[in-house]
Amino acid sequence: MALLEVNNLEVSFGLRSGGVKALRDINFKLDRGERIGVVGESGAGKSVLGFSILNLISNPGSITGGEILFEGKNLSKLSAGELRSVRGNRISMIFQDPMMTLNPVLTVGEQMIECLMAHRKIRKEDARNIALQKLKQVYIPSPETRLDQYPHELSGGMRQRIVIAIGLLMDPDIIIADEPTTALDVTIQAEIMELMLELCERNNVALILITHDLGVVSQVTQRTIVMYAGRIIEQGPTKEIINDAQHPYTQGLMNALPQMAVPGARLNQIRGAMPPLQRIPTGCAFNPRCDYVTETCKHNLPGFTESGSCLVACHMVAEMKREAAQAASLAQEVQS
Amino acid sequence: MSDQTQILETAPDAPSRWHEFKNSHLFHSFTVDRVAQISFGIFILYILLALFAPLLAPFDPYDIAQIDIMNSEIPPSWEAEGEADFWLGTDAQGRDMWSTILYGTRVSLMIGLCAVALQATLGICIGLCAGYFGGRVDSILMRFADVQLSFSTMMVAIVVLAVFQAAFGTELYQQLAMFMLIMVIGIAEWPQYARTIRASVLAEKKKEYIDAARVIGLRSPRIMFRHILPNTLSPILVISTVQVANAIISEASLSFLGLGMPVSEPSLGSLIAGGFEYIFSGSWWITVIPGAVLISLVLVMNLLGDWLRDVLNPKLYKG
Amino acid sequence: MNAQSQETLVQLDDIYKKFSISGDFLDQLKFRQGRIVREQEFVHAINGVSLEVKRGEALCVVGESGCGKSTVARTVMGLLNPSQGSVHYDGQRIDNLNDRALMPYRRKMQMIFQNPYASLNPRMTIAQTLQEPVALHNPGWSGQEVRDKVAEVMFSVGIDPSWGERHPHEFSGGQRQRISIARALAVGPEFIVADEPISALDVSIQAQVLNLMMDAQEKHNLTYLFITHDLSVVEHFGTRVAVMYLGSLCELAPTKALFSTPRHPYSQALLSAIPRLDDNRPQHIKLQGEVPTPVNLPPGCVFHGRCPHVNDRCKREIPQLIATDEGGQVACHGVEEGRI
Repeated sequence: MALLEVNNLEVSFGLRSGGVKALRDINFKLDRGERIGVVGESGAGKSVLGFSILNLISNPGSITGGEILFEGKNLSKLSAGELRSVRGNRISMIFQDPMMTLNPVLTVGEQMIECLMAHRKIRKEDARNIALQKLKQVYIPSPETRLDQYPHELSGGMRQRIVIAIGLLMDPDIIIADEPTTALDVTIQAEIMELMLELCERNNVALILITHDLGVVSQVTQRTIVMYAGRIIEQGPTKEIINDAQHPYTQGLMNALPQMAVPGARLNQIRGAMPPLQRIPTGCAFNPRCDYVTETCKHNLPGFTESGSCLVACHMVAEMKREAAQAASLAQEVQS
Repeated sequence: MSDQTQILETAPDAPSRWHEFKNSHLFHSFTVDRVAQISFGIFILYILLALFAPLLAPFDPYDIAQIDIMNSEIPPSWEAEGEADFWLGTDAQGRDMWSTILYGTRVSLMIGLCAVALQATLGICIGLCAGYFGGRVDSILMRFADVQLSFSTMMVAIVVLAVFQAAFGTELYQQLAMFMLIMVIGIAEWPQYARTIRASVLAEKKKEYIDAARVIGLRSPRIMFRHILPNTLSPILVISTVQVANAIISEASLSFLGLGMPVSEPSLGSLIAGGFEYIFSGSWWITVIPGAVLISLVLVMNLLGDWLRDVLNPKLYKG
Repeated sequence: MNAQSQETLVQLDDIYKKFSISGDFLDQLKFRQGRIVREQEFVHAINGVSLEVKRGEALCVVGESGCGKSTVARTVMGLLNPSQGSVHYDGQRIDNLNDRALMPYRRKMQMIFQNPYASLNPRMTIAQTLQEPVALHNPGWSGQEVRDKVAEVMFSVGIDPSWGERHPHEFSGGQRQRISIARALAVGPEFIVADEPISALDVSIQAQVLNLMMDAQEKHNLTYLFITHDLSVVEHFGTRVAVMYLGSLCELAPTKALFSTPRHPYSQALLSAIPRLDDNRPQHIKLQGEVPTPVNLPPGCVFHGRCPHVNDRCKREIPQLIATDEGGQVACHGVEEGRI
């Protein structure tokens, strides 16, 4: 049995102009110790996905369909008490802005000890020792003094390490990290990502890494989910997706990266922009921006096609493959 | 070129101004807020009554020929001794209360609006300069505002008006009463505006569109009035409603103290003051009716101001 | 390209910029040992930066947050006055000019901003925003001429001119950034300062905006000063790269040279930290410690607290820029002594 299983998840936001579905038909599984990346542009619904797993969607939004099974239990059906014993305990979350997690008027130590004592029946000294040990795990220099400092006395990178330490505090099974390094500088980002990778591997923790940065995903995760306009459009092993993306959108995202182009030449851009959730086109949501668009794409929602070990939601996968094969054989003929 | 045209994106048709307004947060919250609707209705009613006072009033209270001292202190028409001609009764000089209140509301609103217009002009100019130029200009202007605020409006008004009355005589004072009240109330309260404007200018100044305007080479006055001012209109609107109510109250208080509008050209305040002597002789309506009118006018303005503040506050609603 | 690239267009000469963080005059008065003294604390945003932008090139300035790269951009544009040093444009000193005297330069130098949501006035329509600079710099033009010019620039950035009557909030981030570029291009500049123009945009939109900027460079023969923290963009876009750390220039080199053989230890660390698609395990150089605050600058080389090659001289003496074999300049004692 998978550790976490999301089936047909649907999340809606009741805006004034009528309900808007922020997520639709979300299906994926996460095994123990597996690291999975969720990639997409802003507005694709990737953060909503992270929040909805912990049932943290607040008014006016709500989970309107599907189920989230954690060890077989449906998280969206749990009572508030049962949910609390999962949230922060078995599944913890790391946000983009460390100050969202850290309370500015409490010291780091107070927050960590409070969290421990809320979930476990232990003495304060023991809690402090655990907190200390976790800070050492995230390589914070002189952890004893850090415990008595306030968040504003620490630098951005240090704060994010502390947030990770708090995330690890209860030895969770899953960590959901929502853009954990976006607010940080490149050198710090590299350190934090390496740290998270190491901690997940060592403690056999599963990771859901939500990010827009394909580079980070390729270095940290084993599987990748690509989202567009509230749906999953492609999922599969990270290596396969990075090296040989099947969906035109994923291909476009890869090709748009400056490192994929000849320096100084034009970048391969995807035209247009992602539609707002209120105005998602019929058929495949990507069709107005797609180079391979056909009449079918404009009217019918694509189902998932298996391609290698990837699942791709595109009508044209087979077509594109055939073309690619033809081009390859043609090239071979020309060569010979 | 074909590549260029391909990039051109399509979007749905631009909504018209009216449609945009109908879809706005402001309009939506108005349609669900009953208190705001009622307050707005009453406020509009007041404005209409004041505007059309000469048409609506059965008598002209400024015309001495229409006043008969024999008609004095007639109670409202629903009382036993009331007369049908004067449905709200008459005051001590025999003026029809209904007509006098209509004209009084006109005077009160006039003073309130003009005083606030003066406050706003002064406050906006000073606040914009202080916020935009910053540094020493800001320090000097704001210390000046602090000093001004540390005198209460009433104190300044009483001193100025009393000195004026003593120096130039009651005759001249009565002629210039409205102008003097507008000046005094207008000048005494500008720091309220200046402070609010300065705070929002400081917030707007940090935004990049101001830098962009400077990079284009626009001069400071144009940046201040064309770019910053329109973006600070929400707080101006909010304090304006409250300030009009405050100005009306100030005027009423001054009139009550005998420093406001003369008896021959009464505002709501001077009506209340004039009737106050008769309240113990049983003629309650001369004070109570204009009092109720004044209170409800100020109340609806404050309610509207509260509602606007809640709706336009960017911290509560991000649009 | 090579013939014209030798001519210097913009020159920054030993620029210092500090900001007081001690509030106004009354806040600065402190009571020390029985006497009242005036004390001021400063953030040292730029410390002795000298740069030359050559005509026709795209000079990229990279560095982490707080390294003073945006301050450099704003100083060049005259939005900030340098505390010390001078800025020259085409041989003419411009940092001491008043608004009126700067007008001819405003036409030649324009700026693109980071945040597309804040750089357009929300109360003005797109047409009003774009007409303003055109009308200001072409006082003799008729209304129709101004409107034609605006339509032309809108078309050139891929925005339908018939959308002119709309307000910025009806556009997406990428479209707004294109309008922002249109505003800069509207007066026909030859030099554009771009302060992190794509960092607030999504990947697919970043490519659109970068392409647009490169097209404009080709078409109007523009010179760019491009401020960014994203090294992969620099590799693609820049002719030369300046690496900044804590208000000082570490290394200045042609893009190819910097990416193949970075000399300064900080450049090396920065390059190794870019997340790449190809490799699986990041092998980046770990820096010790934290970035010091720009309020109390460390003595000697500003990077010495985190440098793996530090020695005593680094802690005492501020390194000067020296020329390297690759045609760049680097400020490092280690490189000078041949240790690195």
